[in-house]
Amino acid sequence: MFTETPFVRRKQMFERIARGVFVAMTSAIILPLIFVILYLFVKAFPILSLDFLIKNPVRGMRAGGIWSPFLGTIYLVVISLMISTPIGVLAGIYLNEYAKDNWLTRGINLAVVNLAGVPSIVHALFGLGAFVLFARLGRSILAASLTLAIMTLPVIIASTKEALASVPMQFREACWNVGATRWQTIRHIVLPNSISGILTGVILQVSRAAGETAPIMFTGAVFYKAIPEGNPFAYGLFDQCMALSMHLFTISTQVPDVPEALPYGTAIVLLGSVLLINALAIVLRVYLRSKKKW
Amino acid sequence: MVSAPGNAIEIADLRVRFGRVEALKGVSFDVRRNEVFAIIGPSQSGKSTLLKVLNRTIDFMPEARFTGTVKIDGESVNTIKNVYELRRKVGIVSPLPVGLPLSIFDNVAFAPRMAGVRSRGELSEVVERCLRQAALWDEVKDRLDSLGTRLSGGQQQRLAIARALSHQPSILCLDEFSIAIDPVTTMRIEEALKDLRSQITIVLVTNLVQQARRLAERTAFFLNGELVELDRNEVIFSDTPADRQTYEYVNGIFG
Repeated sequence: MFTETPFVRRKQMFERIARGVFVAMTSAIILPLIFVILYLFVKAFPILSLDFLIKNPVRGMRAGGIWSPFLGTIYLVVISLMISTPIGVLAGIYLNEYAKDNWLTRGINLAVVNLAGVPSIVHALFGLGAFVLFARLGRSILAASLTLAIMTLPVIIASTKEALASVPMQFREACWNVGATRWQTIRHIVLPNSISGILTGVILQVSRAAGETAPIMFTGAVFYKAIPEGNPFAYGLFDQCMALSMHLFTISTQVPDVPEALPYGTAIVLLGSVLLINALAIVLRVYLRSKKKW
Repeated sequence: MVSAPGNAIEIADLRVRFGRVEALKGVSFDVRRNEVFAIIGPSQSGKSTLLKVLNRTIDFMPEARFTGTVKIDGESVNTIKNVYELRRKVGIVSPLPVGLPLSIFDNVAFAPRMAGVRSRGELSEVVERCLRQAALWDEVKDRLDSLGTRLSGGQQQRLAIARALSHQPSILCLDEFSIAIDPVTTMRIEEALKDLRSQITIVLVTNLVQQARRLAERTAFFLNGELVELDRNEVIFSDTPADRQTYEYVNGIFG
């Protein structure tokens, strides 16, 4: 009764092949990643020290550290997300929880999805026109942060909507049935059960804001600017700043005779910061998901 | 909760449309105070839609439009300003058990809290009373802090009933409450409903004909959005109801 027929043998063979292909493809993406990180780390090793992080670049960016671009990137990321997170999350809540399904809402949703796919250089041009020139902010941290905020906004809206939509509709109906308002329902049931997804969406945008060069190139980032070392408040809102992504571009392509370890060191700091923030996001998400109640 | 003469619900020429589809095609009837009133009929006959009008949660379905008048305790729901108070007056239990992702205590305390009750003592009282009325207290009294969503289906349905009672409704509507739960729990809930009927008006929407027969005093038979027949159970479940279709549905010839 339980004998192995040729049909079963063939099924089992396909099962093994399928599994093998999936494992191979997964390794194919993991191995290069590990290789990239190791390679960067080895190349950057001679220069990695605390001084590298807290000293300005010197001698035409051929020596010294990355304090000025490092702090600039932190400014840009923090300010842009301070602008885009509240707007994006609240807009996402409106679109998912309040908006009626009519042509206007569908239009907005379509626009959000399409904006999320707009290349960053287009955002850069928009930022230059809207913030630097029209709003007369000049090339400044504020203008660059606003440009990054515009760039990250659609993705934050989309991921917020997705997180909210994952909360089953029946929970909302149960709340409405007992006389809760829409906001009470959102506040007590929907948000607590979607906050991990919302935060994940926001934090993923940290990497994007930190990594993009184009949007800040026209709007506030400069090739070189020395700032007081060790002062975390060295930049003002209307100052121009250096940024890690652009610094990396500059010293790898624009400046001759840069020691090899310098760009690799810059890359590893950029990558390391992003990985650190992503790791924090994972920890936070695991914590918040453990409080999820169904 | 005091027994008073008059009607708990008065419905006149209620029509509900979803876009082009007419879900209720002009129904009129009254539900007396503190009676158990059953609505039977096959699916798609407009029974659940009717309940959504009673507590105006139909407002959340933007494509729905209703005309006609529906009065709860003499007050028309069409023009009511405080829909939240209306929804507290009409308790609804939905077909599939829904435990909110909160503790058992918080599930039952949710409605009073949303209505502004803060005192822990008062909330504890409500929680115990409602869980007892829903025949769930003995099973959960030692673990009120555990999650409502981890209870079994039958327990979650009783939790939903406790939640519907927590805002002290004068009318309790159950929409096919036994569709997803086991027969033993169904019988326990039916017993609980028998205890409640002296204090509260119960509207029992069901497609289990025998359940209507066991529990209700009067039964309405809905078909395709129309009220075919409404009468005392002795008539509806007799061999000679006024309408042939009622007889055929009740006796399982179609449906």
